[in-house]
Amino acid sequence: MHKRVGLEVTVAVAEAVALCRIDMAGVYPITPQSHIAEHLSNLVADGVLDAEFVTVESEHSAMSAVIGASSAGARAYTATASQGLLLMNELLPIASAMRLPITMAIANRAVSGPLNILNDHSDIMPQRDTGWITVFAENGQESVDLSIQAFKIAEHPDVMLPVCVNIDGFQLTHMVEPVELPTQEEVDAFLPPFVPHATLHPSRPVTMGAFSMSDYFTEIMKAKDEAIKNSKKVILDVWKEWEEKFGRSYKPVESYRADDADVVLLTMGSMGETAGLAIDDLRARGIKAGLVKLRLWRPFPFAELKAAIKNTKKLIVTDRAVSFGGPGGPVFSEIKSALFAEASRPAAYNYIIGLGGRDVTVSDFANMVETVMADAGNKKADTYEFWGVRE
Amino acid sequence: MALKTWKELPVGCVVFEPGSASEYHTGSWRSQRPIWDDAKCIKCGICYVFCPEGCVQQGENGFFKADLNYCKGCGICAHECWPRAIKMVEEG
Repeated sequence: MHKRVGLEVTVAVAEAVALCRIDMAGVYPITPQSHIAEHLSNLVADGVLDAEFVTVESEHSAMSAVIGASSAGARAYTATASQGLLLMNELLPIASAMRLPITMAIANRAVSGPLNILNDHSDIMPQRDTGWITVFAENGQESVDLSIQAFKIAEHPDVMLPVCVNIDGFQLTHMVEPVELPTQEEVDAFLPPFVPHATLHPSRPVTMGAFSMSDYFTEIMKAKDEAIKNSKKVILDVWKEWEEKFGRSYKPVESYRADDADVVLLTMGSMGETAGLAIDDLRARGIKAGLVKLRLWRPFPFAELKAAIKNTKKLIVTDRAVSFGGPGGPVFSEIKSALFAEASRPAAYNYIIGLGGRDVTVSDFANMVETVMADAGNKKADTYEFWGVRE
Repeated sequence: MALKTWKELPVGCVVFEPGSASEYHTGSWRSQRPIWDDAKCIKCGICYVFCPEGCVQQGENGFFKADLNYCKGCGICAHECWPRAIKMVEEG
């Protein structure tokens, strides 16, 4: 039995990363991620963690530095948020194309403008197609567990892809939560040393990140697509092993009281806990509502999503970002696409919620369910609304 | 050389053979080739210095020529040659 300790989630994440015996971290501080950088830096300075902490001058440099370190065979880690993630953007597809198992925490924060430091998912959503395995944490414990699992998934010889763990800014990062940290022995037994597929070394010269013309580019993109699709098997295996060793279960799509539900809410990240309370409230009032939480964003869990909502009549997809002038929020767009060829599919509604840190309460979620239930002819299905916007 | 399928690519497209870029003959890109007039050439070597491909070579007689396996026909040698000994001519 592990000791449950009260830790700020960012500190707990840094402790978890240190337990993974990283060789190198290249992190540039940015709210609300900075405490990860600070605590990792302290652990290195105090001699607790034997790693290089590179004080880079920007997030572009942070990602460049971890790409370099990973290429040299180091277990490399970084963390960022918002504008920092956007500044990293041009390096993200390079890291995945070079099949470097870097892991990164994203303390999700709204992107400017206007400048806003609070939580939504507008930073991660534009990174959808960069070839990174992408998972979302719902609470502090999940942030810790996913951060450790990320290395094992990324470094598996059948995967060799970077992984980002999304941790909602402030809602999670700045909360002091009860967290169980595994022991060093347990992490060592779970996570074997990193064995790179190739390394930069003066005595064994190789070329990494070489130029490609049209004769090979298509094949390289196809290989990368297959690699991330195939990573799902390893992700499931790692989660199974985690459950066996640590007793906490992880699934690509988490279902809560959704099996017999007429109306199902879909959330990603920390909003799942609030929405879950709303489901309990609705159920207590005799309303058959359920919740589906999408944990794995890339590779997208098509089969699990379809199974989770196979009996659903009305589905409410919540989005924490806007696709301006598009078909709804990015999650909604994805879910609709996943269900398009299904013979029977739920009426799908989309509420864009919690932008720039706006609170979404238990009663908000309950109101969403009741609003959709009251839409008898499904007239509002296939549209999107900014929930709670002042008209 | 048969092109590899996507399944045959090494992970991350790492190239394990040093110096293998020399197998890639960029000369196929060329639409013009440089021709030296050795009567005008003073063997100053400015074409050798400026060639971005490093494909201009000096022969035993001291005069220069381009390795057409790699010469892309950019014309920088002809532009820089101040005695005007190099002419760019269309590839047939």
